[in-house]
Amino acid sequence: MDSIVNPTNIPAVHTTSISDVVKDRSDVVSRENRSTVGETIVEDPRISCLDVNVYYGEKPAIRQVGLEIARNQVIAMIGPSGCGKSSFLRCLNRMNDTIPACQVTGKILMDGQDINGKGIDTVLLRAEVGMVFQKPNPFPKSIWENVAFGPRIHGLAQTKKELDEIVEKSLIQAGLWDEVKDRLNQPGTGLSGGQQQRLCIARAIAVNPEVILMDEPCSALDPIATAKIEELIDKLRLDYTICVVTHSMQQAARISQRTAFFHLGDLIEVGETKQIFTKPLHHLTEDYITGRFG
Amino acid sequence: MQAQFLMGVLTLMSVAAYYFGRRRAVFMVGGKIRDLHSLPSYYGFYAAMWCGIPALLVFMLWMGFESSIISYLVVDALPQDQRTLSPDRLNLVLNDIKNLVNGNIVSREIDTALRAAADRYIRLQNIIRAALSVAVLVLAAGAGSWTLTRIKARQRARNAVERLITIILIVCSSIAILTTLGIVFSVLFESVRFFQAVPVADFLFGMSWSPQTAIRADQVGSSGAFGAVPLFVGTLLISLIAMLVAVPIGLRSAIYLSEYASPRFRTVVKPLIEILAGIPTVVYGFFSSLTVAPFIRDTGGLLGLDVASESALAAGLVMGIMIIPFISSLSDDVINAVPQSLRDGAYALGATRSETVRRVIIPAALPGIVGGILLAVSRAIGETMIVVMAAGLAANLTVNPLKAVTTVTVQIVTLLTGDQEFDSPKTLAAFALGLLLFGVTLILNVIALHVVRKYREQYE
Ligand SMILES: Nc1ncnc2c1ncn2[C@@H]1O[C@H](COP(=O)(O)OP(=O)(O)OP(=O)(O)O)[C@@H](O)[C@H]1O
Ligand SMILES: [Mg+2]
Repeated sequence: MDSIVNPTNIPAVHTTSISDVVKDRSDVVSRENRSTVGETIVEDPRISCLDVNVYYGEKPAIRQVGLEIARNQVIAMIGPSGCGKSSFLRCLNRMNDTIPACQVTGKILMDGQDINGKGIDTVLLRAEVGMVFQKPNPFPKSIWENVAFGPRIHGLAQTKKELDEIVEKSLIQAGLWDEVKDRLNQPGTGLSGGQQQRLCIARAIAVNPEVILMDEPCSALDPIATAKIEELIDKLRLDYTICVVTHSMQQAARISQRTAFFHLGDLIEVGETKQIFTKPLHHLTEDYITGRFG
Repeated sequence: MQAQFLMGVLTLMSVAAYYFGRRRAVFMVGGKIRDLHSLPSYYGFYAAMWCGIPALLVFMLWMGFESSIISYLVVDALPQDQRTLSPDRLNLVLNDIKNLVNGNIVSREIDTALRAAADRYIRLQNIIRAALSVAVLVLAAGAGSWTLTRIKARQRARNAVERLITIILIVCSSIAILTTLGIVFSVLFESVRFFQAVPVADFLFGMSWSPQTAIRADQVGSSGAFGAVPLFVGTLLISLIAMLVAVPIGLRSAIYLSEYASPRFRTVVKPLIEILAGIPTVVYGFFSSLTVAPFIRDTGGLLGLDVASESALAAGLVMGIMIIPFISSLSDDVINAVPQSLRDGAYALGATRSETVRRVIIPAALPGIVGGILLAVSRAIGETMIVVMAAGLAANLTVNPLKAVTTVTVQIVTLLTGDQEFDSPKTLAAFALGLLLFGVTLILNVIALHVVRKYREQYE
């Protein structure tokens, strides 16, 4: 199972082999247990969440989630559709504020500071915690304008030349520079789906965030574009803390160091990716990764 | 009466054709509807359509030509001396005959020749009507039953019916287009008559407008001046003031409603703003002339300005208020159409609300907004009631909003209200003004389309 930590080697985990591994284990936690198992705590966390709940109106979407996210790691969030992965992810940069009916409770600390606290400016928070959405959403502007948007509104560059440098650097980091360097003035919406998604990643890293949240960044992409973005995520890990929501267990296994499994609004299990995919502690996790539901 | 009766019979026959067509189609496949190419009702429509439409067309054609055919036959039988009259006089005679037939007042003494001609007219009409009824009913019955016998299981009744629907839709849209063309051409012809009396250049570039012409040759005075420039300057001035009021306010209220306001506030306030659009313009008109204009005059007086009691400013302000709901409601729609994902993208980058609005939403919605604004401009240029009441009739060539000005539409109204001679240049001038106004709004719309398309290319 070396290939799990090797992001370039594509078919890493075969579900059959996983079920072989877990079949004869008797120490797994029963399906009825809804409290989190595994290691929610890490040394030197960048983000720590405590008893986080998200409600849409009266209806809870996630309940009592406690989770710590380490620096310079990729954490993958998996779970069946509607289990609250996106809702949780959107707590981390307070994007839930934009939904009128949505209410978040609990404590979320970033480097020890409560992001829901009184003195927190969402503008600065979101500059620090970038986000890439499931569907590529470039602005209907030129490629250059798309990437320069963030640095401009945060005043990261004094001159056009500095801005140009930021744009180039971000596009290079996102692995898009070679493809678009001759047409920076053309609309970003004219790119292919995979290119658009990488443009959105470039746009997010142009602000120089510390954390990047990605909500199913590859769900609209073909395998080649997916591989490119996975490669990119693995590279970005060196500088950023990354949370990725994904529906592909293979992808979670390829790109992440830790994995969190959500089910019906509860965080069921967290742990080293390798351990989750080989020796899950919870019965539901086992069911999910072996493809018995979800 | 007879025609209505015929129509009724034709309708009944079509209904019957529908019923039998449907039944026959079901019968052909022994009740197994899946074996039919189309649903049974399509076969019904197919039969009904063949039964009704050709007969209807023949009927309409016939009605169109009936009167000229009968007239021709009647004239043929007139006494020699009347037949050789000039066409104008002959027409008079024919009119008398028709009036006699219809029981209207006849312009001269009824003599035997006239009476005979009228009798002949009635006789011919009766014969022709009877023949028409027979022809139409035979055609309907024949075409209907022929279609019924041809119904087969694999026949493409649905396609035929769909084609008929297409044709009906095309006819309806052509009616709209043809009416527009008709109006344009009638205005055009009258304008040509006007330009025979007044040179085009005098009209387009003339600096003074005073359309009073001498009615009798011996009258002293004016030969009239038909320079349209003061009218267009007045129109543009008032429209400009109106847009200066409406665009900033309308756009901002749209932005507030769609981006800032809570959903509850929005559901209450949006209809309220749209009520503004439902106020009749005449109400705006007297609001403007009785309230706003005096207010502006008095305020101006306090400030030591010389304000006319009917000013372009008063009309423009009120017209601007009238236009606000157009702009706000159209812009609100296009702003709402901007996908939420773009807002999310901007917010996730740390943009504030106003940055999101200014840098993402407005640019993305711009084509729609520009389109809405240009639509509002056309509306402002064409607006009549407010300016009639508030702006005055004096054709001053000025860009001072505190003076009284007049607009193209106001002048058209004053030219055509009251007793008029329909071939004096004064009356014909209204058509020329109408044509020019039409041209201006057309050009504006073309520009609007062009602008919208250009931005669209850029943003898609
Ligand atoms: N804007 C919203 N208003 C009301 N309910 C919502 C809203 N967004 C999400 N929910 C509800 O919250 C729950 C969690 O949704 P969420 O989008 O977080 O799931 P998810 O795990 O991301 O699912 P998927 O994998 O399909 O994206 C769902 O039951 C959903 O119906
Ligand atoms: Mg989701």
